[in-house]
Amino acid sequence: MKFLGLIRANLFRKKIRFVLTIGSFAVALFLFGILAVVRGAFSGGVDIAGADRLVVINRTSIIQPLPLAYADKIKRIPGIKEITYANWFGGVYQDERNFFPQFAIDVDTQRKVFPEFDIPEDQWQNFVKDRQGAIAGAATAKRFGWKVGDRIPIKGTFLGGMWEFNLDGIYHGTRRGDDETQFWFQWKRVEEEMPARLEGQVGWYTVKLENPDDSLRISKAIDSEFANSPFETHTDTEKAFAAGWVKQFGNIQFLIMTIGSVVFFTLLLVTGNTMAIAVRERTGELAVFKAVGYSDRFVLLFVLFESLVIALIGGALGLGLAKLFTMGGDPTKGLLPFFFLPTSAIVAGLILTLLVGAASGILPAIGAMRLRVVDALRRV
Amino acid sequence: MVRVDGGGGTSSLIQVRGLSKTYSRGGEKIQVLHALNLDVEQGEFVAFMGPSGSGKTTLLNLLGGLDVPSAGSITVAGDEITSMSRSRLTTWRARHVGFIFQMYNLIPVLTAFQNVELPLLLTKLSKAQRRQHVETALGVVGLSDRMHHFPRQLSGGQEQRVTIARAIVSDPTFLLCDEPTGDLDRKSADEIMELVLRLVKEHHKTVLMVTHDPVVAARADVTLHLEKGILVEADRLQTVSGGGAR
Repeated sequence: MKFLGLIRANLFRKKIRFVLTIGSFAVALFLFGILAVVRGAFSGGVDIAGADRLVVINRTSIIQPLPLAYADKIKRIPGIKEITYANWFGGVYQDERNFFPQFAIDVDTQRKVFPEFDIPEDQWQNFVKDRQGAIAGAATAKRFGWKVGDRIPIKGTFLGGMWEFNLDGIYHGTRRGDDETQFWFQWKRVEEEMPARLEGQVGWYTVKLENPDDSLRISKAIDSEFANSPFETHTDTEKAFAAGWVKQFGNIQFLIMTIGSVVFFTLLLVTGNTMAIAVRERTGELAVFKAVGYSDRFVLLFVLFESLVIALIGGALGLGLAKLFTMGGDPTKGLLPFFFLPTSAIVAGLILTLLVGAASGILPAIGAMRLRVVDALRRV
Repeated sequence: MVRVDGGGGTSSLIQVRGLSKTYSRGGEKIQVLHALNLDVEQGEFVAFMGPSGSGKTTLLNLLGGLDVPSAGSITVAGDEITSMSRSRLTTWRARHVGFIFQMYNLIPVLTAFQNVELPLLLTKLSKAQRRQHVETALGVVGLSDRMHHFPRQLSGGQEQRVTIARAIVSDPTFLLCDEPTGDLDRKSADEIMELVLRLVKEHHKTVLMVTHDPVVAARADVTLHLEKGILVEADRLQTVSGGGAR
């Protein structure tokens, strides 16, 4: 504590340099925070995906259907707790830019498989009774200003026509990052209006397991059951399914790592140079410290600590700004439901900041430690 | 009494025996000090004079434990410092030596008070005790009213007085002064010398000083000359080295 005044006085020695060095840390960590948010926005679905759920799709492609009759056969496989199914609708609300995912769901099993979505019971019961009913996620309802009781017109794409829905309820996610952008309506309504060639077919199944450890065995069992049939299946965990979905956007992780590495390497060069100059300027002073009895180790830690403090102030500032910047939530209004700066990213950012601070300060600190008083005083 | 013949008793505060220092420069060996002997008693004021390059500052650095000799020994208050490790020497310096440099070497971002407090931060003194010591030291040098000024707000003479306060604040065994008046005008130099004399007479400090100024040197109890690495007692104009008079 008694050395704090000494450290503070040294930090503010060159105010402009201090501000600029902190600024470079702040900018780098702000960028790190934003990159972490973008990475999370794309991969958040993977992190949050249920470990106890499997997704069963047509082996050819997800856009190819599967027979509804598979539901009973799959459910008979030991270890399966529940199964539900859904179809992608892909309709347009007013304008194509107003995208949100629309699913035709099975009202009997949906909530058993997806318990994380919370809907008031009365709203759910109204929805079950209403063949034209729909449930919207809270984010989508907020986005378009919908209230329960509103009539929502959606233009069908591959099924054609104008579809009108009564908004019977609004669901909320119970976990941070749960997707609140979906729009559900009854699968039976879609089935009634399906062309004959598509009758009795679903888009995919979601299977809830008794025990997540059985996922591999059950995946294989499902795919074996339908091997060599006209509708072969491909079964994977929900996590792997979400990861596959993210991969369609390209290797986001690699992109972020590359940009992040370049930024931090540049930062290391800038701050390392700054610290080296700062120490060189103070050669005489450091010699005085040693002359009056400060040890080599003290001088090493003193210079290193200064570097760490600068890094930490700048890093905290940058991450704080990134947090503020992303507090408004998803700027795409629904496409990126995981758009937030998680605590884990803040902790990682601070650790990274300290590492860069230590790396940039260590060489000047060692130089200061090795400084011989006699040589240094001769240079003054 | 100061002796340079190596005949001083073990009661001397500072005993130097056969001290040599050789530097290597560009493959060439340059011997700066040649087997010096020196005995200084507690409370004595010794001035070292000599031309540039004669080894005055080297001798001072060796006596202060800032440099290590090529041969010989230095014993201060019973501690042979020439056999100490670098870290032990650092601790020893903090307890026994007060440095006063020509260029003051104050920390520009610290106030006079903070500069004087520097050596005390290494002690176990409480904040209140440190404050008391610093105020006393600044009082001794007559700068009680300037303690919260930064070096840039002080004159050269005042800066040197802060340096002296920093040197005496931890009550060291002896003071080493390297051209303390070299950067000052005559009036300021006289003031500094008055202060140094007070430290010797009133506070019984032992002072070893390097100077080019004969007026300054004349205030010391004894003036020793360094000529080509050999110590010469000025008043006797007799060269004494390696245990015998020449």
